[in-house]
Amino acid sequence: MRIDANTDVCIGAGQCVLTDPTVFDQHDDGIVMLVTKHPEGEAAHRAREAVELCPSGALSLIEEPGDS
Amino acid sequence: MPETASITTTGTASTATTGAASGKVTDAEFPVARGCPFSTPAEYEQIREHSPIAKVRLTTGREAWWIAGHELGRTVLADRRFSSDRRRDNFPFVSTDPETRKQLQDQPTSMLGMDGAEHAQTRRALMGEFTVRRMAGLRPRIQQIVDQHIDEMLSSEQRSADLVEALSLPVPSLVICELLGVPYADHDFFQGLTGPLLRHTTPPEARGRIQEELNTYLGTLIDRKLTDPTDDLLGRQIAKQHAAGTFDRTSLVSMAFLLLIAGHETTANMISLGVVGLLQHPDQLAMIKNDPEKTPPAVEELLRYFTIADTVTARVATEDVQLGDTTINAGDGVVISGLAADHDPTVFTDPDRIDLERGARHHVAFGFGPHQCIGQTLARMELQIVFDTLFRRIPTLRLAAPLDDIPFKSDAFVYGAEKLPVAW
Ligand code: HEM
Ligand code: SF4
Repeated sequence: MRIDANTDVCIGAGQCVLTDPTVFDQHDDGIVMLVTKHPEGEAAHRAREAVELCPSGALSLIEEPGDS
Repeated sequence: MPETASITTTGTASTATTGAASGKVTDAEFPVARGCPFSTPAEYEQIREHSPIAKVRLTTGREAWWIAGHELGRTVLADRRFSSDRRRDNFPFVSTDPETRKQLQDQPTSMLGMDGAEHAQTRRALMGEFTVRRMAGLRPRIQQIVDQHIDEMLSSEQRSADLVEALSLPVPSLVICELLGVPYADHDFFQGLTGPLLRHTTPPEARGRIQEELNTYLGTLIDRKLTDPTDDLLGRQIAKQHAAGTFDRTSLVSMAFLLLIAGHETTANMISLGVVGLLQHPDQLAMIKNDPEKTPPAVEELLRYFTIADTVTARVATEDVQLGDTTINAGDGVVISGLAADHDPTVFTDPDRIDLERGARHHVAFGFGPHQCIGQTLARMELQIVFDTLFRRIPTLRLAAPLDDIPFKSDAFVYGAEKLPVAW
């Protein structure tokens, strides 16, 4: 699983950072920054939640070959 | 449609059937007042049962679409074919006072009323001030503010207070001071203006005068910070604009004013209602007293449960939009009811029950889509600190009046309590 962040639409609400700061961070201007594109285990689970919560549609999940 | 002004008398089989044919499921006028903090209007349920969207008559006499489902609500709030521009005809204002509506329509547009690229640009200029990291930096100071106010409560001989005056209003007010960079020496002056500005009972003329005085104050503050730069939200915004050659005093004043209005009464009302909600559920309150880790999810549940800004999320369709079986025409007003969405039983099991552990982060109490609350991280932190500190330091806190005697703001734009007598 890979996460994609579209920084053009991010509105800096910080919901993702609140959900898992080991996966998401914010630049000083508020825009999302991925700490990792490939979260695993619990972090992968929370990353999914963050994608659900993101209000701007900036985050998406891409399932990759080999994902179980 | 019969133009009867009857309220809450629908729900019989025959009305429901006739209603369905014309898309109208209730004759009630919207927004329908909440009976008490622990009830949501029955009409929301009626709309949801029928379809999550229905044409309703507003208290202003106009018609608008009312969305009562969580999924559809989020879809529409994220759909850029719906505009937030209050200057558009048919914007579904819910205030019945024509003077207030005119004020809302005429005031210079803030980011709240902007769309598309203009909104993105304005919001992006400010977004960096509200990052999770920056907000965490404010935590110690907010803790101090909360502690000072609780010290004052505890020093009172009569062991009772109006929590609204003692804590709910002054805490967010001082936090805004801190955030904007209002100097300490001006705090009393600032609070002396914002208190009455936000008090529900202040007459519109007086409110207008206070607003002017505040704008003058904010303008002077900005001038001072221009010549004598400070490292705070206003100081940094001024410096940034100054460096880029785009210094715009008027827009800075209106931005500061928006932050003040948007972040003050909302947070204050959530503090008061949250305390009521927690005190009414002592078992669950005990749980968070014993384990502060439980406070953040508890705050989410309280935000969901009370969804105080039910009708702030209003829009106008800019083109025809098909939502399931329903066609919204260009120019139609749409209210995405946050309270109804957050009590949608398909998303929140047993929605009318407070369950502090349910995991309610996907509520829309802060809205959804591009306008989702910019101050949400700050609001969450204020609420967490207040609830943790208040019940730790005053464990015997109780309501000093029966629930029925507490004046709740049933007719206000943002729901809350006007007064909250407590004792310990
Ligand atoms: C519990 C407290 C709060 C609640 C329930 C709340 C609720 C909301 C809601 C529902 C919206 C969306 C409006 C829309 O979609 O049209 C919003 C937007 C906004 N809020 Fe909050 N808010 C709270 C606290 C704050 C605080 C503390 C601040 C700032 C210090 C703030 C500043 C704003 C601003 C500037 C917007 C406009 C954002 C935009 O248009 O992009 N709010 N708020
Ligand atoms: S939740 Fe979405 S909009 Fe908010 S900061 Fe993260 S990516 Fe940006």
